[in-house]
Amino acid sequence: MPSDHVTRRGILRGAALAAAAGPALSPAHAAEPAKASKGTPMTPVELTVNGREVHLQLDPRTSLLDALREHLHLTGTKKGCDHGQCGACTVIVEGRRINSCLTLAVMHDGESVTTIEGLGTPDRLHPMQKAFIVHDGYQCGYCTPGQICSAVAVLDEIKAGVPSHVTPDLDEVALSDAELRERMSGNICRCAAYPNIIAAMKDVAGEAKA
Amino acid sequence: MRPFTYERATSVEGAAKAAASVQGARFIAGGTNLLDLMKLQIETPTHLIDVNHLGLDRIEITPEGGLRIGALVRNTDLAADKAVRRDYAVLSRALVSGASGQLRNKATTGGNLLQRTRCPYFYDTRMPCNKRQPGSGCGAIGGISRGLAILGVSDACIAQHPSDMAVAMRLLDAQVDTVDGAGARRSIPIADFHLLPGDTPHKETALKPGEIITSVTLPKPVSGTHVYRKVRDRASYAFALVSVAAIFAKDGTARFAFGGIGAKPWRVAAADAAGKQGAKAVAEAALAGARTTEHNDFKKALVQQTLVSLYRQQEARA
Repeated sequence: MPSDHVTRRGILRGAALAAAAGPALSPAHAAEPAKASKGTPMTPVELTVNGREVHLQLDPRTSLLDALREHLHLTGTKKGCDHGQCGACTVIVEGRRINSCLTLAVMHDGESVTTIEGLGTPDRLHPMQKAFIVHDGYQCGYCTPGQICSAVAVLDEIKAGVPSHVTPDLDEVALSDAELRERMSGNICRCAAYPNIIAAMKDVAGEAKA
Repeated sequence: MRPFTYERATSVEGAAKAAASVQGARFIAGGTNLLDLMKLQIETPTHLIDVNHLGLDRIEITPEGGLRIGALVRNTDLAADKAVRRDYAVLSRALVSGASGQLRNKATTGGNLLQRTRCPYFYDTRMPCNKRQPGSGCGAIGGISRGLAILGVSDACIAQHPSDMAVAMRLLDAQVDTVDGAGARRSIPIADFHLLPGDTPHKETALKPGEIITSVTLPKPVSGTHVYRKVRDRASYAFALVSVAAIFAKDGTARFAFGGIGAKPWRVAAADAAGKQGAKAVAEAALAGARTTEHNDFKKALVQQTLVSLYRQQEARA
């Protein structure tokens, strides 16, 4: 970690300010704030997020991703494509990994959500978080929260015997590099940290120690 | 995204009734396709009826020895189901070849049948598209058409059907079970469920307004070697250029259904009948009437070569 007070977040904040001073940016990818347009009634939504019960009043259009980031300020979960193609928004809902951008928060009323913030904290890292650090499973880090949420769920899916496209025999699901690569194909990494992500996952699965 | 109102349905009949009575209403289940299209304002429902809590999430053996799959069974669960893996392996294989793990955890059996084409001109709202905006023309004809359909196409539309699951369902002669707003139930053979574009490409299925899929029923298992071969531009998480679902029986007969090439999941009796004659004869029969463009003409050869590969694999097994 840097010894002075320069952090990635600080740099990003600076960059955002610099950009704001320039010409107006296209708002296409900016998160829409949750103000309901006229005639759209706000809907109450109760979620258990990282073990904490939260009560929200949301425009029904609010995706689970925007509810987490814009309303609960859990900005660990990232918005990449916002169309289910990149996996940066992956969170675990009721024990299963999903793209939080392609689901409405209101559809998950009463359900429990785990985000990267709920897996571990800087002082008590989840084994998968630790393994990503040890194996250098990221560069820019933008896709990492989604990668880690997905990776945790993938190991559970293999344990539960859920087959994949590369499973040779549908009834014998076993951990392998090919299985991990196939199952992680919904999480894109622009920096191509893929080999190290696989190493981190194998480490956590107890397959190979670095 | 355009504003809409939202309700959580508590009964199948109630959901169907609401859909039939509210103009612009749509059901939402997994939502992975619908919400994507709503963000692009290609779909603009005024009211969403959430059908996720209707209890349609069971897989049961039917009295006839087939399988009834609830419309809300998630793709992950259907692919992993013990009976499906054992008796309908082609369906498991088709399911796990589609989308990503995250999407399969959400996507439902009913929703998968209703997913819409990935034709780039359907997705680009600046382009004409008879499916998106009836009467506006087809940007794909004369446009970039590499991924698009070569069978069942019309002068109005050459969009391909995107589903892998539906190809396996077509191979297995599934029936789509529904309820309408008046409470009437019916079962639609999957061959009749998806419509060809003709001059009304915006009409994609036999469902009437408000009619809701409650389950998909498979007949008794078909014995033999079940295979699903998907050919695409990358190894995972991509739509098919060509896919072949097949069951090779011990007596040398076989049945085939095709994805990536048709305006709907493609199956022809003549291709099944040619099963004993080998890959070339099957391809010829399946591709009868194909209408290609300079960009997608390669799919004909790809169908044949995919079949050749499957036959060789089958011979190696024997």
